[in-house]
Amino acid sequence: MAMAKRFLNFTQGWTFTAGSNPHSNLGSNTMIQKHRILVCKMLIWVAALSPGAWLVAGLFLNWLGANPVETLTHITGMTTLVLLLVTLSVTPLRRITGWNVAIRLRRPLGLFAFFYALIHFNIWFVFDQVFNWRWMVEDIIERPYITVGFSAFVTLIPLALTSTKGWMRRLGIRWTKIHRGIYLATTLGVIHYYWLVKADVRLPLLLAFCLSVLLIYRIPGWLEKRRRTIARSHGSDVS
Amino acid sequence: MIIRSKKASDISSSEITPPEIYLGRRRFIRDAGLGLATLALSGTTSTNEVAGQSQEIPPRFRNLKSELGEDLNSYRDITTYNNFYEFGTDKRDPSRNSSEFEPQPWTVSIEGHVNKPGNYELDDILAPVTMEDRIYRLRCVEAWSMVIPWHGFPLADLIKRVEPTSNAKFVRFETVHRPEQMPYQKTGVLPWPYVEGLRIDEAMHPLTTLVTGVYGTELPNQNGAPLRLIVPWKYGFKGIKSIVKIEFVEEMPTNTWKMANSFEYGFYSNVNPEVSHPRWSQARERRLPSLFKSHETLMFNGYGEEVSQLYAGMDLHRWK
Repeated sequence: MAMAKRFLNFTQGWTFTAGSNPHSNLGSNTMIQKHRILVCKMLIWVAALSPGAWLVAGLFLNWLGANPVETLTHITGMTTLVLLLVTLSVTPLRRITGWNVAIRLRRPLGLFAFFYALIHFNIWFVFDQVFNWRWMVEDIIERPYITVGFSAFVTLIPLALTSTKGWMRRLGIRWTKIHRGIYLATTLGVIHYYWLVKADVRLPLLLAFCLSVLLIYRIPGWLEKRRRTIARSHGSDVS
Repeated sequence: MIIRSKKASDISSSEITPPEIYLGRRRFIRDAGLGLATLALSGTTSTNEVAGQSQEIPPRFRNLKSELGEDLNSYRDITTYNNFYEFGTDKRDPSRNSSEFEPQPWTVSIEGHVNKPGNYELDDILAPVTMEDRIYRLRCVEAWSMVIPWHGFPLADLIKRVEPTSNAKFVRFETVHRPEQMPYQKTGVLPWPYVEGLRIDEAMHPLTTLVTGVYGTELPNQNGAPLRLIVPWKYGFKGIKSIVKIEFVEEMPTNTWKMANSFEYGFYSNVNPEVSHPRWSQARERRLPSLFKSHETLMFNGYGEEVSQLYAGMDLHRWK
């Protein structure tokens, strides 16, 4: 419990009260930090919205090709996966650069990823399944790449719903556990992509490689945490 | 030439209206013999008709429909949305990456169990044949489809000329291998060269067409110039492009997609709404340029009346 409490304090520290927390850089740096985060957030908004803007413009100006739905599906799917991988890069970025405030970029990135996943799902439901629930369920059951893709989407839903500060506070330590779902969702998403490609698997493999690097990077940390948890529980047994 | 104008000023509607419309569709289909909207046209047509490659449908194709009353896809869609992995795996890649490809001069090697094997110049192959416009549905295994006015001649015409022997049970086709002009042949995305095959009776079927053009003009590189196959009752990948070799063999040839992934693609690959692909239901298709995948797929792509007897007694769930 002590461990949990300490972890919670730590989490709150770097998630939503960075400015007034001893873990963050204070003093003359504060303004610069705030400014930097603001610029980064603006960049994220512009970068994350640009594929969507390109697609909307393409729909109206007719540059999405002979099969616009395919283009819409591919680009929203790809954007989802890239944004999930970028979201997963925030923690390594913090560790490597020591720029802890970067954690504040994680939520917008994750929410944009979900935003594209939601559009991706809806394009499929509306244009491929033509609002037909029976066809949709059949496809989810019968086609493995759709089964995993749909699972990835479903996994992301609670993450998006509980992304607010209120839910973070309410869920406490459980929030962190729930949000580990991003590892599962991203892995399923990459498998979904790999399985749907007919022959040229280079791009899905590149994404799988990036995901592996991001996951492998975390392994020492997980092992360390596990070791400490075990040590702690042993300690409490003795006392 | 059926469509002929006397003077620009006196074109009457009967002359610019395609025959299957003014003759009455049903009658025309019967007269054409095969349920095809087939217009016999003499030889070549001015390429200027689609020069500039605009989205405009050339006049003689305007209002033309398939025998099922379907609209034709635009020249632009037909020539910018292609699966031709030699030039790239994105649908737009072939139209972007194929400009270096040289379809002239062209030689086709005819080999195997025939009395007249040899290297045939394409011009010699084409000299005695009667070119026709043939409007066919192209149904891709990826569950999209188009209606395309191909320009070509029956494969059977060529086969008869080279006189296959009784050992010729199958026909094996090969695409040209030119990695310097076909950039993706330098990659391993598929085993090259691309190979396809047909049973000899499928190859001899009057619907099976060797295509040299689309919309009455030369076939663009991205569509398989200068010579490709169209088998309208089979999934599109059976329509091998840029053919350099036609071999008459005794054993069923292994086609490229079956080699690449035998669980998904069989030799026959007849369009069949009842047999699903592992990744796509084949019950429905997206008839481009429609956005919705709501078009019901027809058995044998709608050519069942003409071809179903080829498969009498065969379990089509097994022979995919």
